[in-house]
Amino acid sequence: MPCPIHGERNIAEFFCKGPVLSMPNATRGTRQQWARYLFLAENKAGIVDEWWLHSPSSLWFVARRDTTSDEILQTWTIEAYRTQQQKKTTPKATPKATSKTTTR
Amino acid sequence: MPLALLTYALGLGERKRHFPAPQPLQKRYDVLIIGAGGHGLACAYHLAKDHGITKTIVIDKGYLGGGNTARNTTIVRANYLTEEGTAFYKESLALFENLSQELDLNTMYSKRGHLTLAHTDAALRTARWRAEVNKHLGVRSEVVGRHELRKICPQLNLSDEVRFPVLGALYHAPGAIARHDAVAWGYARAAYRRGVEILQNTEATGFQVERGRVVGVRTSRGTITAAKVVQAVAGHSSVLAHKLGIRLPIRTVPLQACVSQPYQPFLDPIVVSGSLHVYISQSARGEFVMGGATDPAELYDTRSTLEFKEQLMMHILELFPQLANANLLRQWAGLADMTPDFSPVMGKTPVKNYYIDAGWGTWGFKATPVCGKRMAECVATDKTPALLKPFALSRFDDFDLVGEKGAASVGH
Ligand SMILES: Cc1cc2nc3c(=O)[nH]c(=O)nc-3n(C[C@H](O)[C@H](O)[C@H](O)COP(=O)(O)OP(=O)(O)OC[C@H]3O[C@@H](n4cnc5c(N)ncnc54)[C@H](O)[C@@H]3O)c2cc1C
Repeated sequence: MPCPIHGERNIAEFFCKGPVLSMPNATRGTRQQWARYLFLAENKAGIVDEWWLHSPSSLWFVARRDTTSDEILQTWTIEAYRTQQQKKTTPKATPKATSKTTTR
Repeated sequence: MPLALLTYALGLGERKRHFPAPQPLQKRYDVLIIGAGGHGLACAYHLAKDHGITKTIVIDKGYLGGGNTARNTTIVRANYLTEEGTAFYKESLALFENLSQELDLNTMYSKRGHLTLAHTDAALRTARWRAEVNKHLGVRSEVVGRHELRKICPQLNLSDEVRFPVLGALYHAPGAIARHDAVAWGYARAAYRRGVEILQNTEATGFQVERGRVVGVRTSRGTITAAKVVQAVAGHSSVLAHKLGIRLPIRTVPLQACVSQPYQPFLDPIVVSGSLHVYISQSARGEFVMGGATDPAELYDTRSTLEFKEQLMMHILELFPQLANANLLRQWAGLADMTPDFSPVMGKTPVKNYYIDAGWGTWGFKATPVCGKRMAECVATDKTPALLKPFALSRFDDFDLVGEKGAASVGH
């Protein structure tokens, strides 16, 4: 794992903490939004942005990984990731807030 | 040399097909089942047997029974933590005990007794909790101390000279193992005999939807029309349901396992340690079947890793130092469809005529008979059977989970 601070380290030093999602508003979030945030993961077969923890140093960071090959494509410190996200008009890897059930 | 083997080798005698050759597709089916694992096949069988629905087709993108059914370590037990779970798995155990007769094929069902070791006071408390819930519902489970443990499993290392000494265990006498392939093949053959069609190497790639109802499935061999559709595709559940806009409470995570070369019969019971994240049993062939918890991250790939084997062996050798020189023969992985509460998802979906059987993670083999029977009932009557109600997909929107982690995270 290419840690954004420590460089390449053995994968056994890290824990995957799940996809980067935007949390519903603490007071105004609906039950449905919370259910989706907590339980109804997209579980994508493909490229995802995830939280990872470097356990020995307690460093949280973001890694972009391909869940079909386990290849780690890029990593960022939280600050670098935020800056990168803000530059884009449509941030990636945030869950769709709508909950309408469309067919197909 | 047995005569049958000799005549086979010489090419004499008639070679009987185990399953009939595929027939041309019909125009329309009453039920189409996606996924010819144990679950899909058992559902097809019970649709035919219990409800007279025989115009059913089961499709699989690979070969019949080649998914997690082929990869599982076949532990069958009912010693769960919740009342809903215990009642459900109890019915499956009862069906399993009679399965060889039912399917007219030897499933090699072998009652071994199932031990969940406790190395901490917390683990003993969970064991006690499970035992009480189980006894209340008529499932045989008891907490045993080191003295009884030594009688049940004298091979186990009960020494204090290890990192995590064993304090006691939950003992579940009806715990069993079976031949996984025979279960899949048995259901397939029994379903065939009642007119069900099974189409292998046929992948579901999309759906035909009309006014909120599924009316057909697009496959790699063209579109197949069906009145009702069931999905039972284990690790691929999210990807398939996504095509219908259905979100599932599932993460796909590899689960690895391995077997040693065959040895003389040595170990009767199935031994699980939740704290050490390992389990072991000895198959009828003499192989030690070993595994642990799922991999640490989501992945759609069935590779094997060295980390898994290192972790596993470190702890197995603490429990059974006698195996230090045993050779590993095979290793593999399956894609487990893990839910947040370690319970399955069964029944209706937000899309009409579309039914789901998923979220079986690391624990679904033992549920094959009961799930097949009750899912068939659900599909045939369009009503959710009482036994399935707690496991509805809607429980996640209702924050009404069925927490089985304490009984299912390692002891599959
Ligand atoms: C290593 C390992 C050990 C396990 N140990 C145990 C155990 O000891 N006890 C226990 O009870 N459970 C255990 N399990 C869990 C158990 O194996 C599964 O829960 C169970 O077999 C699921 O059966 P199934 O029929 O739902 O899925 P599967 O057998 O995986 O069948 C699903 C089928 O769907 C097909 N499919 C997928 N996508 C498509 C598509 N788009 N179109 C067509 N077909 C498709 C696949 O090819 C596959 O054949 C274990 C699992 C693993 C991986």
